[in-house]
Amino acid sequence: MWDLTTTALDTAKLRGATYADARSMHIRQRDLTTKNGAVGTLAQSESIGIGIRVLANGAWGFASTDKLTREGVSACAAQAVSVAKASALAKRGDVKMVQENAFIDSWQAPLQKDPFEIPLESQLDLLLKADAAMRAIKGVTLTETDMQFRKIDCWYASSIGSRIHQRKVISGCGIVATSFKGTEIQKRSYPNSFGGQYQLAGYELIESLDLVRHAPRVAEESVALHSAAQCPEKTGTLLLDGSQLGLQIHESVGHPIELDRVLGQEANFAGTSFLTLDKLNKLKYGSEIVNVVADARLAHGPGLGSFAYDDEGVPAQCTDIIKDGQFRGYLSNRETAQLIGLSRSSGTMRTESWNRLPIIRMTNISLKPGAGSPGELITGTDDGIWMETNRSWSIDDRRYQFQFSTEIAWEIKGGKKVRMLKNPSYSGITTEFWNSCDAICDKEYWTLWGTPNCGKGQPMQTMGTGHGAAPARFLNIKMGTAFSGQ
Amino acid sequence: MIRMSKKSKAGKNETHLASASDLKKRIDSVLRLGNIAGADETEVQVDETIDALTRFANNAIHQNVAEHGMAISIRTVVDGRTARATTNRLDEDSLLAAVKSSLQLAHSQPKIPGLLPMPGKQRYRSVNRFTNETAATTPEDRARAVKKSCDLAIRNGQVAAGIFSTGQSQLALANSQGLFAAHRQTHAEFSITMQDEPAASWAKANSGDVRNFDPQKLAARASEKAQMAKDAQELAPGKYTVILEPAAVLDLVGFLFYDFAATAVADQRSCLLKRMNKPLFGKNISITDDAYHPQQLGAPFDGEGMPRQRVNLVENGVPRNLVYSRTSAKKAKTKPSGHGFALPNEYGEAPMNLVFSGGDCSLEKMIASTDRGLLVTRVWYIREVDPYEKIMTGMTRDGLYLVEKGKVTSAVRNFRFNQSLVQLLQNVEAMSPASRATAEEAFEMVVPAMKVNNFHLTEPTKF
Repeated sequence: MWDLTTTALDTAKLRGATYADARSMHIRQRDLTTKNGAVGTLAQSESIGIGIRVLANGAWGFASTDKLTREGVSACAAQAVSVAKASALAKRGDVKMVQENAFIDSWQAPLQKDPFEIPLESQLDLLLKADAAMRAIKGVTLTETDMQFRKIDCWYASSIGSRIHQRKVISGCGIVATSFKGTEIQKRSYPNSFGGQYQLAGYELIESLDLVRHAPRVAEESVALHSAAQCPEKTGTLLLDGSQLGLQIHESVGHPIELDRVLGQEANFAGTSFLTLDKLNKLKYGSEIVNVVADARLAHGPGLGSFAYDDEGVPAQCTDIIKDGQFRGYLSNRETAQLIGLSRSSGTMRTESWNRLPIIRMTNISLKPGAGSPGELITGTDDGIWMETNRSWSIDDRRYQFQFSTEIAWEIKGGKKVRMLKNPSYSGITTEFWNSCDAICDKEYWTLWGTPNCGKGQPMQTMGTGHGAAPARFLNIKMGTAFSGQ
Repeated sequence: MIRMSKKSKAGKNETHLASASDLKKRIDSVLRLGNIAGADETEVQVDETIDALTRFANNAIHQNVAEHGMAISIRTVVDGRTARATTNRLDEDSLLAAVKSSLQLAHSQPKIPGLLPMPGKQRYRSVNRFTNETAATTPEDRARAVKKSCDLAIRNGQVAAGIFSTGQSQLALANSQGLFAAHRQTHAEFSITMQDEPAASWAKANSGDVRNFDPQKLAARASEKAQMAKDAQELAPGKYTVILEPAAVLDLVGFLFYDFAATAVADQRSCLLKRMNKPLFGKNISITDDAYHPQQLGAPFDGEGMPRQRVNLVENGVPRNLVYSRTSAKKAKTKPSGHGFALPNEYGEAPMNLVFSGGDCSLEKMIASTDRGLLVTRVWYIREVDPYEKIMTGMTRDGLYLVEKGKVTSAVRNFRFNQSLVQLLQNVEAMSPASRATAEEAFEMVVPAMKVNNFHLTEPTKF
């Protein structure tokens, strides 16, 4: 692979590029699903190719190819330079980037059990057992399970002299029980909705989640929801489980801190951000117990946003985003860091595949743990609603106004869970929400959740992001609006 | 209208899709390997894409990409089991490895009850969705069009952001029972957001032929509407009469159509459970799935190689028909409608070429007939809140305007809505003629603008 990246860089330079980087990637994926006790999807894929990014005439160009011969890569590099020169026809200044060091390194994310070495039969057997355990519950009308594995090798080289190989293995799985009765469809998922839990880990993650043990409870709750009371429309105390809070962090902290959005580069599609540059170090984003970091280092945990170097050759870092409630930092790359006067990129350039341009993406955007247990959170609440497992999520294009609904909720009265509620939802304005946070559970209840399906960019790219969170409590939150007036 | 440079006249582009004979050769090779490796049946799908996308923001091009790739996907059947393996390594050894991988996956599972044999040779209606002019569009062509839009923004004191993409693709599907299907098409898309801080507006077009839209007209429309979007006032939440431009209609109703899959109904996850052949929407709502409509794109065959059929989904407000894959059709004792996804999968099928019958009321007439209402340019981040009543939440975006006494009078701060799609299609007062629309959340379809009563806006945002 290094021969090909060298060919790419040499050709780009010969054609007039003043900077170039080349990313050769080999991606292997396995997908398994079951539905109602039968195998659904059973597929394996691999994709290999090279993406070449260049600066020429002061503007960016990118081209990719799967023709991995010297001729194919040379032609691709030449095309990237031609594209850059076309970009220069509509530029408003030359692209500049902050300085970065050259690195020569090889890194492999740790894993205990390579999922591609585990027999397919045992993987399917696990899913079918979980599926059967859900179907055993009367009233369940649809059962689904899924498991996915990805192995990604990336060979990155740049014209400043970096040469970095990284290997990552990602694993994930989940189960869902659905119950249709009367005029309602209710659903419960484990360990999270929309595919389950994903981490930068091997098959040990799948084993630790113990899908079969949780299957009966998930199924029973999907049926029980039909008899539950409707979540009331009210303003009050909201308690969120860690998985829902992870998505809340993703939408109302992770996206607005992307500096490309802030600078208008995503205005046409993903949107902009309320976090304009004047708010840095001035905005009170949350209450004093709210501390959020963007941490791509492995020391943070095996998150979907963990790596050694980003796709621009910048080492993984930990950046304070919210410290003691104050807004402290953005996600940047070498170009946007230069634009706002930072001395270094925060290392968040990531690409979905060899045929996509790296763009600023979340790494692991995590809420630091606080004190106490979920039990203490509940006993300390006189009147509130505990919501769990996301059902829908939506936020405006500047990341102010949001609405989330969850699969299930429990009413809390006098420090106890008193009854199940169906169709729960809550909504608010981002900064008002985070400033209302009055309790966050401790490290023991903190999980690094994986969001495998974050879409951004044109052409669209899907990226995995990590979000560490423990259950937390928020005051004066509007709840139940989604079903009001229906 | 895009004017092609002399260098980029049709046929002069250096990048081409593989020839039909090359595709056939690759397919025959995989079918032979499947036979050698011991597959009872083999299916092969070849996908080739040549795409380019020029992206601009802050009145300049900031990203500009080009890609070319081909992938081969192989499904084998062995002893009543099936699985799929896909690769873009096209040498014989890699293809043989993919065939073996598919067989290994297939062997790992229990026998699949009711697995159908692969279909044999089919007859397809021909569609011509490839234009040399679109395939030959160069980065310079796109850059010049973008520059004109950015220059307009600068002249108007605004900031432009958007994309201009063009491309070509082909798909071939064949199997060891003699089925062979192939399709190639071009596509072009221009989308522009004009920012007039703190306001913005937007326009977008998508077609198989780059000559079917004019980026400068789209830029001018977005610019004018951005100017109108300034000084937005906040209104109280409530139920409003709304005039939804076609892009807003598209992104909302796009969430309804997966429920028309026979598999979704059999799985009891469809909002059409207990509702087929009964009045559900207004009598003015009729919807077909028609892959052959002149404004549609896509292949005349589905993921199983079955010819796509025109299906009347909704007739005068009554859901009449579902769409079927081969498997769901067999279970329902009917014929496949040509809407199946590539096997194996758990979702079955879906209609992908939707055409609304529409009406005869122009957008201007809708505004003129409205005493008090809101004009919605587009909607954003739509998600399902309730799967049976199809309550969707989302935000308005890039231009929400107050209509009073038949005229647009001011801009309004964006709103969150929580709206049942079933009720929305019961409350349509007027529709424009339907035409191809494009947005961001649903696939392109042929839809009208709609004037809808009692649209539920629940909370305003800050801009």
